[in-house]
Formats: sequence, structure tokens, C-alpha cells
Amino acid sequence: MTAWRRIACALLLLVVSVSLAANWLAPGGYARQYREVAGAPPSAAHWLGTDEIGRDRFARVLYGTRISLLLAPAAALLSTLMAAFVGGLAGYMGGIWARLAMAATDLFLSLPWLFLLITMRAVMPLNVSPMASVLVTFSMLGLLGWTSAARVLCARTRSLRDADFVRQARASGIRGMRLFWIHVMPNLKPALYAQFWISIPVFILSEANLGILGLGVAEPMPSWGSLLKELEGLTSIGEEPWKFVPLILLVVVVTLFQFVLSKQEEVAA
Amino acid sequence: MMRRQIVSSSRVGRAPRAVFFLLASLVAFGWLFVGGAVAQGGGELRFCLRSEPKTFDPLKVDDDASESIRYLTGGVLVRMNRQTQALEPGLAESWEVSKDGRGIVFKLRSGIAFSDGTPFSAEDVAYTVQQLMDPALHSPTGDSFRSGPGKVETKIISPTQISITFPAAVAGLDRLFDQVAIVSAHSPKKEMAVLGPFVVADYKAGASVLLKRNPNYWKSDAQGRKLPYLDSIELDIQANRDVEMLRFKRGEIDLINSLDSEYFDKLAATSPQQVRDAGPSLDSEQMWFNEVAKAPIPAYKRAWFRSQNFRRAISEATNRDDLSRVVFHGHAQPAVGPVSPANKFWFNAKLKAEPYSPETALKTLQADGFHLDSGVLKDRDGNAVVFSIITNAGNKSREQMAVMIQEDLQKIGVHVNVVTLDFPSLIARMTQTFDYEAILLGLTNVDLDPNGEMNLWLSSSDNHQWNPQQKTPETAWEAEIDKLMRAQASSADAGKRKEAFDRVQEIVYEQAPFIFLINKNALSAVSTTVHGAHPVILHPQTFWNAEQLTVGK
Repeated sequence: MTAWRRIACALLLLVVSVSLAANWLAPGGYARQYREVAGAPPSAAHWLGTDEIGRDRFARVLYGTRISLLLAPAAALLSTLMAAFVGGLAGYMGGIWARLAMAATDLFLSLPWLFLLITMRAVMPLNVSPMASVLVTFSMLGLLGWTSAARVLCARTRSLRDADFVRQARASGIRGMRLFWIHVMPNLKPALYAQFWISIPVFILSEANLGILGLGVAEPMPSWGSLLKELEGLTSIGEEPWKFVPLILLVVVVTLFQFVLSKQEEVAA
Repeated sequence: MMRRQIVSSSRVGRAPRAVFFLLASLVAFGWLFVGGAVAQGGGELRFCLRSEPKTFDPLKVDDDASESIRYLTGGVLVRMNRQTQALEPGLAESWEVSKDGRGIVFKLRSGIAFSDGTPFSAEDVAYTVQQLMDPALHSPTGDSFRSGPGKVETKIISPTQISITFPAAVAGLDRLFDQVAIVSAHSPKKEMAVLGPFVVADYKAGASVLLKRNPNYWKSDAQGRKLPYLDSIELDIQANRDVEMLRFKRGEIDLINSLDSEYFDKLAATSPQQVRDAGPSLDSEQMWFNEVAKAPIPAYKRAWFRSQNFRRAISEATNRDDLSRVVFHGHAQPAVGPVSPANKFWFNAKLKAEPYSPETALKTLQADGFHLDSGVLKDRDGNAVVFSIITNAGNKSREQMAVMIQEDLQKIGVHVNVVTLDFPSLIARMTQTFDYEAILLGLTNVDLDPNGEMNLWLSSSDNHQWNPQQKTPETAWEAEIDKLMRAQASSADAGKRKEAFDRVQEIVYEQAPFIFLINKNALSAVSTTVHGAHPVILHPQTFWNAEQLTVGK
């Protein structure tokens, strides 16, 4: 592990830890409206000022970070598992099964996922709690985000299937799922890890995009996406620079992830 | 006086020749500058349309952009002064409505021609009315005149006099003609030949509409100068409000109508002379509950929503002052009811905005068996009061209002889930599937007359949002509203109409089928280069007197 990767890991750990300590660092909570000081600049009481309806921006950034950083990996895990299942099995079985699975993957890839998410949100029940909306949003992202990873894993599995050590195992009488789990799957792990790490920043940004469209995490719960919506009306950077904190945090975290997973990408390649 | 002028003149005569020439040059320059400006016109006005105009046919207008073009190009028989809200003569010098409210006689101005030179006469008015009332045309403007079954009769008394008789009384008949731009019966240019101050000169689809001064416009100012002063109006089609604001700041456009309060404050901070707050507009924001019998919601929730006490309690627990102050930065007023105080004649001044009182709300709820249990409001069967409010995604002020109502209602133990949906999905739920619990939306009111709200208040109407398309009124108070609205619509007596509509407002206040939240102020921006602008609350806010505007430094 290089020094840069160590620093990136440490900083990511720090961000996660601080967000997990939100209850202590911002005891007022993310939903409380201080309406008398709505839209206020930073002060001793509100370190990053208040949003347009008076909610403490610092508290919202902390809680929003917690939600985005904890649930993006969960969505990444879901998508990676789905990719492993579809891509791994397709690559291992080969033939018509591989072609069918890849055709289905291509079909998924061609879907306009944004419109699909909007449609799914529109047909969902209305009376879901903010926490449920968070879970639904990230689940949807996870369920729709497995396709690219599936193609990579299918190609990787196909090359493993024809590797000498797998041929040898097959010649020794090991067949079927046993061969897959004992000999193929362990060799897929580096690619799986890489896909997992690569997906996290993608899902963070996807949630942010959905939040900007007003279709992400339900109010009053914050997420990076909903926090970024505040930047919509800004006409100059110098106007209210403290509003850029969520954006800076997002860029920093995604960059840190890039440092952390650079090695993984090499493995996947 | 006379003597003094002569003395002064003789002094000039004795002045050195150089000074005389200098003075003469200054006078000539001054004349060229002042007089020449009028001779050359008042420049070009530029502003944005927020969507593509759907039509240039004034009888088919059904959208804001087309309405703006109709206002600037169409000649009307009577024009409502947007500032005084009074009717003024247009192409008609005078008019008289019959006592039964069915007929109207117009005396027209003579010697007027369309923009292409075709003469204007009573024949054009008759043609326009016939076209307007033709069911095949589906004219939205014509719908306002449809008071009952039967044909509209037009009788040309003389080239400058015409009588129009409707099958049944039409309330506020003369006012409705403010929306009727007269089209030519004979012009080869059809609807493109106009009688208004401007004429469509160029149209680039998706980009802009260019209007030029109508050389045949009949109106002159008090000094006898031909109107309009402006040479042309450039209308850029621009849906993005941020871009519109940026272009205004750069001086690329001169006006912004219906400015957001946030932009208004930002602009006011840097250029206070460019922003105008004309006070409360006719537009309101409101919330309502789903009372539709066949709606796919639990029966106990439908019972809450159909309870007058429940709706009133929600209204009492909503802090309208905070909504006005926080969301609209003070550029809004707590709403009283369906009519804004800006509507001077029709507003029921006896009504006051519901005061914020969570304590009163809880007492009101207790009357229906609701009770607090560990901070959670429950009905008499023990169901926790939880419902969702949907609003359209991307509308910042509505999203903020919904979140503030969410916190207000939390104080009386009501849990609200705020859901933002894309507009088509929201409309589908609201009008087709009725799969919603509460909706927060706005109402844009362009008509001062209550007749414009018939489609909202009649229980049989599609737009009777909380419970539309009722075969017979499901409640006694809705039956009373139906009766009162029909009574006012069929009466020509303004006093009786006002009395009936006042009672409608009282019923709506008491029953709260719509929980009216705020009336937004009419905010606009006018560049300092535009002269003669007096923004008002009615559409079109900033250019209602376009014929008298000039642009120049």
C-alpha cells in the first residue's frame, strides 16, 4: 500500500467516523427548523449557517454524509453480488446461457435508467417514511447498477474456466458448482472487490443526481444529493461559499475512493 | 409675459454672432434629441417567454406565451385597465349590457384598419364572435361565453354598431371581451392581420418571436402622438429561470415577470431600482385532502379527510406567517380563502387569515375523538394520524412549504411524509387514479370574475379537485356552493353576484376543502432603461401598458 493510499484510507475513515458521531457533534438534529435565523451565514451557533428554512447546515452535512457514505457501499454490495451471480454464472456455464445472460445485460444497459428510476418512484407507495425512502433509493440504485460489472465478471470467469488449473481440476473429477465455488470463485475475488469499490462513488453521484431532481431521499432526511440542491440558485461562487461544503466533501470523498481503489482497478484490468 | 419674451428676443438680436450660432445649434440639437426620439420610436423592448407559443390565432390561445402575444398584438373591444381593474373603451367607443345579462350592444370606432390595411367594421366583430362560439374550433376563450344551450346571435345594426345576444345570461359579459381579440373577416392574412399595437414580424421556432409596431394602430397619446412608442419587441423563448435572471443582469433583456422571491431579494441587494413588488397577486398556494369515494386509500383515512374538524385543525396548525416570511422572504401574504385581497371587488373583506394555533387545532380534533398518545395523534379507533403530502419535484418553494407544514403538524402529533413527484405522475394521481392523500399545489388565477372559477367550485366539475365529477353533491355545503355559483353566474346584478360569491368564500373558509396557505406577491424586474413601466398584479404584470413604454438610456 502506497503512502497516498494510506492517507486516503485514513481520511475516509475520519470522514466516516465524524459522520457517525453526528448525534454528539450536532445534537440539535438535522430536521429542527430555526425559522428566526433561516438562511443565516455561519455563526457560533450554526457553524455552516442555516438552510433556507432554518435547518442547521452542519448537522445536515454530517447526517447526509452518514446516509450517503453508509448506503452507497450497501448499494455497491448489492450490485456486485448481482453482477457476480449473473456474470459469474454466465461466464462459467458459457454457450447459450452466456449469450442469453449477456443479451439481458445489454438490454438492461440500454434502458434509460434515470427515467426508469423516476417511473419506479412514481409507482411506489406514497406513505413511506424518510428512512424507508433512503433504503428504497439505494436499493433501486443497487438493483439497476449491476450490468457493467456483470460483463466484466463474465469475461473474467470465461478466462478462468479455460485456465490450466481449472482444466486440471476438471480432469480430477471436480465438476459443477463445486468446481465453481472452490476453484473459480476465489480467483474472482480481486475483480469483485474492484467492482465493489468502483461502484461506491458511482452510487454516491447517482444519489446526488436523483436528489437534485427531487427524487432521492425524502425530506426532512438529508443526503448529499438534497444538500447539493442548495447550489441551484447560486449565480456566483463568492456569494455564499459555505454552501459549497457538501460539494467539496463529495469531490474529496470520491477522489479518496479513487486513490483507495486504484490498485483494485489494476487488478480488475 | 408677452413683453418679457419680446425683450428677451431683442437681446438675442444684439448678441455676438458666434453666441447666437451656438445657441441656435444647442436648440436644434435639443429638438433633434427630444423630438427625434419620438420620431424614431421608443427602441426595442426585450424579454423572455417561458415556453413556446402554441398558436398565433387569438381565438385558440390556451397558454401563457400565446396569451402574451395576443395581449400585445390583439385589438379588443373593451380593455380592462390592469392598474385600476376598471373597463376602458378599446375598439368600441361605448357599450351597453342588457338588463337580463344576455345581450350587449357595441358602438365601434370608425376609420380603423387592420395592420395590413383592411378596414375594420362591425362585420369583423360578428365574424369573430361566430368563430369564437363555433364548437368545432374548441376555443378556450369562447368557453367563458357558453352560458347555456343555443346559438349566439349577432346583428349588425350599422358598420359601427353591433348587437350580440347569448342564449342565456353571461355574468360579467362586458369584462369577458377583454380576452377577445378581433380577427378580420376579409383580410387575406387572416389572424395575422391585427388591430393591436404590435404585429408578429418574425418567428423562429424554439428561439424568438419578433413583434414590430403596427403602423395602422388607432390609438394616440394625450399629445396626439401615435402609439405605440416602441419600434419592436423581441421575445426570446427561454424556459430556464436562472438563465433569464443572468440575461437580465447582463442587460440582454429588459423585463422579468413573476420573479421568484429569492431572485428578487438578490437583485434588490445589488440593483434596488430594478425590482418591483406590486403586492399580493391573485395566485395562491394551497393544500387539499383526497375526499374521493373511490380513491384507493384506507376508509379510516377517508373519514379523517372528510371531517370538517380535521381539515380545520390542519389549517389552524399551519403557520402561514412563517410560510410567507421564510419561504417567500416576506413577499407573500397569509391566504384568507379562494379570492386574493388583490381582487378588490370580489374579495370578502369580512374574512381573515386563519391564525396559527396548535392548541386550538388540538381542541378542534378532540371534537372528532382524536387524542394524543405519547406525542402521537390517534383517532378514536387508535389509528395513528399519518398521511403523505405530494407536490411537484423541482418546485423549491412548494417543497419548502411542505417540509415546514411537516414540522408544524408534528407539534400536534401528526406525522407527515413529504413526497415529491414529477409533474405528470402527480397529475395522473390527482385526476385519474386518485391515489394520494394530500396535495400541495398552486392556483394561477388570471380572471378577476368568479365565473372563471366555475370549473373549480361546481361539484360536477373535473377540476373540483378534492372530490371531482360528483353526479349529485355529496355534502350539503357543496350543494349550497353549486347553487350560489350558478346563481351568481346567471345574474346581471353585480350586487347580488357579490353577495352570492361572498357566501361561497365563507363556506370554503368554514369547510376548508382547500387549505389556502399564501398569496404570492407580484414580483417583477424592470431595467432602468425601460421608461413608463408600472408593474401591476394582473397579467401581464410589467408590459400591460406596452404601447406607452420606451427603451433608452
